[in-house]
Amino acid sequence: MSDFPHTPPRYSATFTPAINAEIRRAAASGIYDIRGGGTKRHLPHFDDLLFLGASISRYPLEGYREKCATDVWLGTRFAKKPIHLDIPVTIAGMSFGALSGPAKEALGRGASEAGTSTTTGDGGMTEEERGHSKTLVYQYLPSRYGMNPDDLRRADAIEVVVGQGAKPGGGGMLLGQKISDRVAMMRNLPKGIDQRSACRHPDWTGPDDLEIKIHEIREITDWEKPIYVKVGGARPYYDTALAVKAGADVVVLDGMQGGTAATQDVFIEHVGMPILACIPQAVKALQDLGMHRKVQLIVSGGIRTGADVAKAMALGADAVAIGTAALVALGDNDPNLEAEYQKLQTTADAYDDWHEGKDPAGITTQDPELFKRFDPVLGGRRLKNYLKVMTLEAQTIARACGKNHLHNLEPEDLCSLTIEAAAMAGVPLAGTSWIPGRNGGF
Amino acid sequence: MQSFDLGKEGLRALNSSLHALKGQTNMTDWEVINPKGAHAIAAGVDAPVDITVRGSTGYYCAGMNKQATIRIKGSAGPGVAENMMSGTVIVDGDASQYAGATGRGGLLVIKGNAASRCGISMKGIDIVVHGNIGHMSCFMAQSGNIVVLGDAGDALGDSLYEARLFVRGSVKSLGADCIEKEMRDEHYAILEDLLRRGEADHKAKPEEFRRYGSARKLYNFNIDNAAAY
Repeated sequence: MSDFPHTPPRYSATFTPAINAEIRRAAASGIYDIRGGGTKRHLPHFDDLLFLGASISRYPLEGYREKCATDVWLGTRFAKKPIHLDIPVTIAGMSFGALSGPAKEALGRGASEAGTSTTTGDGGMTEEERGHSKTLVYQYLPSRYGMNPDDLRRADAIEVVVGQGAKPGGGGMLLGQKISDRVAMMRNLPKGIDQRSACRHPDWTGPDDLEIKIHEIREITDWEKPIYVKVGGARPYYDTALAVKAGADVVVLDGMQGGTAATQDVFIEHVGMPILACIPQAVKALQDLGMHRKVQLIVSGGIRTGADVAKAMALGADAVAIGTAALVALGDNDPNLEAEYQKLQTTADAYDDWHEGKDPAGITTQDPELFKRFDPVLGGRRLKNYLKVMTLEAQTIARACGKNHLHNLEPEDLCSLTIEAAAMAGVPLAGTSWIPGRNGGF
Repeated sequence: MQSFDLGKEGLRALNSSLHALKGQTNMTDWEVINPKGAHAIAAGVDAPVDITVRGSTGYYCAGMNKQATIRIKGSAGPGVAENMMSGTVIVDGDASQYAGATGRGGLLVIKGNAASRCGISMKGIDIVVHGNIGHMSCFMAQSGNIVVLGDAGDALGDSLYEARLFVRGSVKSLGADCIEKEMRDEHYAILEDLLRRGEADHKAKPEEFRRYGSARKLYNFNIDNAAAY
C-alpha cells in the first residue's frame, strides 16, 4: 500500500449511476422502461421568460378593479356551433382506461365549474365524463376505440389526434394490468392483453387525406362541431400549416413536456421538442397564412401556473391545455400518501408508473378498491380551485402589462433569461435587443 | 323512390336530408344519381332506409353507417363503410384501400376486388369480398369476420386480435402473429351464413375456405418475440 493519498472515486459524466442502473435493469428484465408522464429532463421553458411590467412608456390596469377578460372562442372558422369558454385553460385528452371513471368525472366537474372544457382520450366517451362535462371534446384517434357516430354528435367538439408531445410518431399503450372488463369491452379487446395502438390512422395518410377525413366528420356531424387537429411538437411550422390547409378549426400543439399514460422512457425523453420552441413556429405558420386568431391555437406541455398560461398566450396561443397538472390538482403524487409510494419503491412527486394501475391516489387505475379512495366531488372542487387560481394569476400579469384581455398579451411584453430561450421563444435576451437567430429565420 | 341528383343539389343537401330521416319514415327508398366520385356520400346515415348510388364514389361513402342498406352501382373509393355500426353496404365494383376500416357491425359486400388494408382494425363488422384483397389487410383486426373468395396479398392479418379471416384462394404471406387455424363446424356455419348474405353462395362453398387467426403470442410483451414487432 502506498502512503500517497488515493484519488477519490470519480463518477463518469457519461455512465452515471442512473444510466448504469438502467443498463442493469434492461439486462435483467429484457424490456424497455415504460412509464407515464412527460419528459423529466431540464429544458428551456416558460421559467426562462419574464414579463416586462408597465412603467412610464405604458400604464398598467388596476388590479381587481379594471376588467381583464379571459374568455375564448374556439372553432369560429367553419363550425356552426363554436365553443365559448370562460377561461383559456382547458383539460387535455386523457383516456378512460388510463384514468378511472371517478377521475374522469372529477375532471368534468372541475372543468365545468371553472367554465372550461374537458377532452376524452384513447378509449371512447364515458358517461361519467359526458354527464359531468358542460363542454366535452371527443378525440378521434388512430385506434378508434369506442368511436361511434352517436358520441360524435353528442360531443361539443372533435379532436383529430395526429400525435402528442410525449411521443410524436408513436401510438398508444395500455398494459394488461389496466385492461379491465369495462376497458376491454369499450375497446373491443381481450381482457388483460398489452394494448398497443397504431401510430397512424387506419383510413387516411397525409394532409390531402386528412382534409377529406375532416370533411367526412363535418358531414356526419352536419358541420356543427368545431374540429381540432392535435399534433406533437416536432415540426410545428409545417404541421400547423398543413392542419390549417386540411380544414382544422383549431390546432392543438403539445410539447414534449406533455404527459402520457404509458410510453417507453426512451421515447418520452428523446423525441419531440419543448413547447417553448414550438409555439412561435406554429404562430408564424398561422400568421404566414393569414389565419392567426381565425384558426385558434391551443398549446400544452408543462403548463403549471398562471404565469405559464400568460407566457404561452403572449407568444400567440389562444388557449392552453393541462393534463399532468390537472392530475396533481386532483391528488396525484400527494406527499400524504408517501408511505404507499414507498411500498411501490418510489416517492411522492416522482411516481410515474401509472401504467401499472397501482396508483395509491386512485386516479390512474382500474382497480375498484383503489379508485374507491378517490372522491370525484372533492377532486372536482380541487380542480376548479386550481383553474381559478391559474386564471387569476394570468390576469394579474396581464393587468400589470396593461392588457384588458389575456389575448392582448404579446411577445413584446416578454424578455428571456437565457440565450437558448430567447432563440426559441423569439424574444430578446433580458437587457438587450438581441433575439438569437432572428435574422437567420428559424 | 326519392331521386337525388348529387351533381345539381350537392353533398350537403343530400346528407342533411338523409340525416333528417328518423324512425318510422316512409321515405325508405333513395336513389343518388351523378355521384361523380364525390366524398362522404351517405356518411352518417342512421335510419332503416335503402339507398342506391348510381355510379362510383370517392372516399368514405357510407362512413359510420347505421341501419341503412346502401348499394353502390359502381366502384368505391378509399374507406368505404369505415367504422360502420350496422346495416349493409354492397359495392358492385371494386373497392379502394381501407374498405370497412374499424367497422363495428353490419355487413360490407364487395363484388369486385378490394385494395390494401381491407378490414384494417375491424371491430365486429362482417366483410365479404368476391374477388381478391390487397396487402396488409386486416392489420390489427380486433373482431368480426372477413370472407375472401379470391386471394389475399402480403402480410394478411398482421398483429391480429380476435377477428376470423376466411380465404378461399392463396395467401401471399401472413403477417406477424397470424396463423392458419383449424376449420370447425361453427366456422362452416359462419361461412354459410355470410356467403348467403354476401350474395356469393352461388360462387363458393364453405368447405373451400381456410381459416386464419391470431397465434396470440404478441398479446403480452416478451423480449423473445421482439423480432416479430
